[in-house]
Amino acid sequence: MSAIDDLIDDTGAYDCVECGKCTTVCPVAKLDSNFAPRLIVVKALEGVDGGLAQNKDIWRCTTCAICSNMCPYKVDYTEFIRGLRGEAIIDGFEPICSQGGFMHTIARILSNQLHQDRLNWVTDDLKVAKKGEVYYFSGCQAHLNKIFKEKNVKVIDIARNCIRILNKVGITPAMSNNEVCCGHDLNWIGDEATLKKLMEINIKAIKTAGAKKVLFSCPECMRTFDFDYQGFAGDLDFELVYITDFLMDLVDDGKLEFKDKGKEKVTYHDPCRLGRHLGIYDSPRELIEAAGFELIEMENICENATCCGVNAFVTCEALSKTMQINRLIEAKNTQADKLVTACPKCLIHFSCAVWKEIPVEKEKVDIPIIDLISVVTERI
Amino acid sequence: MDNMFKPRIIAFCCNWCSYAGADLAGVSRFQYPPNARIIRVMCSGRVEPRFVFRAFEKGADGVIVTGCHIGDCHYISGNKKAEERMKLVRYLIGILGLEEDRFRLEWISASEGQKFAHVMTAFINKIKELGPNPMFGKIEEGTECQQ
Repeated sequence: MSAIDDLIDDTGAYDCVECGKCTTVCPVAKLDSNFAPRLIVVKALEGVDGGLAQNKDIWRCTTCAICSNMCPYKVDYTEFIRGLRGEAIIDGFEPICSQGGFMHTIARILSNQLHQDRLNWVTDDLKVAKKGEVYYFSGCQAHLNKIFKEKNVKVIDIARNCIRILNKVGITPAMSNNEVCCGHDLNWIGDEATLKKLMEINIKAIKTAGAKKVLFSCPECMRTFDFDYQGFAGDLDFELVYITDFLMDLVDDGKLEFKDKGKEKVTYHDPCRLGRHLGIYDSPRELIEAAGFELIEMENICENATCCGVNAFVTCEALSKTMQINRLIEAKNTQADKLVTACPKCLIHFSCAVWKEIPVEKEKVDIPIIDLISVVTERI
Repeated sequence: MDNMFKPRIIAFCCNWCSYAGADLAGVSRFQYPPNARIIRVMCSGRVEPRFVFRAFEKGADGVIVTGCHIGDCHYISGNKKAEERMKLVRYLIGILGLEEDRFRLEWISASEGQKFAHVMTAFINKIKELGPNPMFGKIEEGTECQQ
């Protein structure tokens, strides 16, 4: 039990005053009254783990961090859940992940340093280098693109458009064929050992490329580098920058200009990793407006943004679908032409929710879902 | 060293054609190497791409999926679905860095015991040429690979 005690210490769970604010904002608890983040913490504090390996609730949490954000004593629930998952794995529990753990299998295969052909999506019109000061970390986008092809999601467009926009301002980003998945999904199912292996490969690949600045277009990768890698390996000697921050700096310096193609109305969904985890709320919005779009906000935004329903491909159940549909209805109600998000995973999950059968009338959720980088690249 | 290598092969066989084909190969006493572990599935369309990668992750040296001939599927179009699904496997095997020959999709009917033995022998010989699963064999560190 000492591991759980350490976890309680690390995440400040002793400070819990049982006010229940976490439960009132939790997207899962809103839809299922049997689930409560507070209950998970209180049970751990009382030492009633009730067989951690059998506790399904720790896998249903979407780790969206809205609870930690709301907590007056700043108990780090998401970290707490992550720790509990790790302990459950040690107890011999094998989580039933969505897609049958396909993404996790791929990440584990990648940790073996095979001779990949990872950059085969870089077409001739895109300029990338082997070495350079600015490095672009593309993550799993090439794999996800093929896996979710039938759901009408073109994840690879995000990566291609990132390079396109960087080329436009005269930057040839360095990329490495030896980089691997960041390990985010494995980290959130409690597989720290493989995460560390992936971390070493990635850090080595980036150092080999001689990068001083690493750009991310996936908030999950950036979060993993920022918190988890730096937690294990100490401060990294390159700067981690999210693509929207980087592009906004260019806009401010007058290096990046957009063509005016009419006022299109868009609404923006805050990904949990980018917003509540990393605290980047402004730059995506500024970028949308700089590109000449009219931004209409939804009801729940920034710290209160609702979740896309799935985290790290762990849980995907009826409640996840309800969360996604609710969010899409919210987006549709703004009368915007497009729903823009900055996370490839949000893009996948929302597109999946409206793929084939939709539990509500189609008109209520009929809004194109597109990623932020592709939307602004249309206007360069 | 090569003589020591005994490939571990996972074979997914559909219940209606290929598994019966394997049975026929057995009762007809057609000889083929004993390296394949056969997993019976109701239809080749049941085999998801992740099953194949899971097998590789857990140490399989080769994976073969077999089903009824196109047009003969017990469930009418299950094998067409399988063919569609296995395209993803071929693509991902390529970009992940496993050799494409480690995976094979074959149509074997219940009456083709000879073909079953023949396909298995050929596949296992191919895997013997390729050597062990690279995730479990040794790879020199720091080798640069061409894009």
